Amino acid sequence: MEWNELLLIVFKALLVLSVVMSLAAYAVLAERKVAAWVQGRVGPNRTQIPLLGGIPIIGTFLTRLGVFQPAADGLKFLFKEEPTPGHVNKFYYLLAPMIAFIPAMTTMTVLPFGQYVNEAGEVQPLVLANLDIGILFILAVSSLGVYGIVLGGWASNSKFPFLGGIRASAQMISYELSLGLSLLPVFLWFGGSLNLFNIVQGQTDLLFGFLPQWTILFQPLSALIFLVALFAETNRLPFDMPESETDLVAGYNTEYGAFKFGLYFVGEYTHIIIGSGVFVALFLGGWNLPWVTLPAGLFGTVLSVLIFVIKMLALVFVFMWVRWTLPRFRYDQVMTLGWRWLLPLAVANLVFYAIIIAVIEQF
Amino acid sequence: MREFLFYFFAALTVVPGLFVAISRNPVNAAMNMILSFIGLAALFVMLESYFLAILQVLVYAGAIVVLFLFIIMLIDAERAPKSGWLTSLAAVAALALMVTGLLTLLYSGESGTFAVAGETAPAALSQTFGVELFTRYLLPFQVTGFMLLMAMVGVIVISRKDAAEDKGGEA
Repeated sequence: MEWNELLLIVFKALLVLSVVMSLAAYAVLAERKVAAWVQGRVGPNRTQIPLLGGIPIIGTFLTRLGVFQPAADGLKFLFKEEPTPGHVNKFYYLLAPMIAFIPAMTTMTVLPFGQYVNEAGEVQPLVLANLDIGILFILAVSSLGVYGIVLGGWASNSKFPFLGGIRASAQMISYELSLGLSLLPVFLWFGGSLNLFNIVQGQTDLLFGFLPQWTILFQPLSALIFLVALFAETNRLPFDMPESETDLVAGYNTEYGAFKFGLYFVGEYTHIIIGSGVFVALFLGGWNLPWVTLPAGLFGTVLSVLIFVIKMLALVFVFMWVRWTLPRFRYDQVMTLGWRWLLPLAVANLVFYAIIIAVIEQF
Repeated sequence: MREFLFYFFAALTVVPGLFVAISRNPVNAAMNMILSFIGLAALFVMLESYFLAILQVLVYAGAIVVLFLFIIMLIDAERAPKSGWLTSLAAVAALALMVTGLLTLLYSGESGTFAVAGETAPAALSQTFGVELFTRYLLPFQVTGFMLLMAMVGVIVISRKDAAEDKGGEA
């Protein structure tokens, strides 16, 4: 491999990484603003960067919007004192936040976020690595993220984090099954392809000339099950059993502070962003808009990325909206929902679509 | 390069595997098990069986070991007690038998063909995998499923019985 080729790959990776990281940082701000909106408050509106905030109208406006808040939060995580409690298992205590962070960052490599038309006139995906089994890669790697939570809870060696860790492991196993099963009908629908780009391209055409072929219109139940399981897998309310502030202090991260807590935090938001991206690619047509054909060339490429990101952010908003609207489930309710409702529903959904697709293929 | 990677990942599979067996702390053992599974998945990748590699991580590292950890934490497993002389003797005997078996297999010339790194394995595609599983290997597949079901029913029966006895004792 040529050096400049390698450099280009590294550059692309860094670009995607920095975009996702800043999205995660601003997702935290968005979360606080959405929370404020739901609860009839203003939200963060004081943080100012000296020179920028001093500009007469724009500076005040940006300050009110809280645009500078993520910078302050990030610096706080970096410069805070980092105490390590004396009663922890040091090795795993240090390892756990990294295990939570790295898989969340790794999954973005196979998520296509746009398209371009190459010289030969073929539509190509904008993606770091166009794997044929991309979606399985995402599932596999993101399922490793749970060790960060479980180990963090265990290594903290105190009661509340420990309970959080146990709950995290039980919840992950319960909902991963439904998550995987809800995706199988989608793969069947697109002819057994596990490539995310092919699945997005399969949603380009219109059915009967007017109906957009988005998967969510044909498989609403798969989408619903996937979304619920995604909420559980990302530990978002109403499924945030491992963290559950009201009964577990802060759950698995009670003993963590400063940068280590920051890693957990960024990891969680990255999970939400990538999860939303996967949902958009699988169910909401990716960068396709119904009744609109993307123009070729650079403009079309930029447009496809914009459409994808806007859809993704809309879904991130849904995550926050739900968090500040619904109360938390009780632990036994989480288990009942997972095993007695979602799993049988996912199996029935799979059998139903397997029959339907077999019937369609007969004609 | 290829050879170096093979030995690296082979070591990543075998060395943590050893630690799974000998570490006294159950959480350490579980963590080493994940490492070993990841090394195994990397070996599958070198054989270009990407599907199998991903399944290895998804099912074993991502789900089964989480379950192990759950159990370890739930029953609060203590450090394993030091083994007695009988256990050590059994371990040495088992190791000797395994080494003898391996050497016999290697030098008897009846071991058949070894997997060659770099050749595409037959189960690379998910489709091939599924078709083989449901035609040629249907019977072993079904038998495995049935055995798992038996184990599951067995566990339920045993735990139920205990609960019923407890209730009877209290009443």
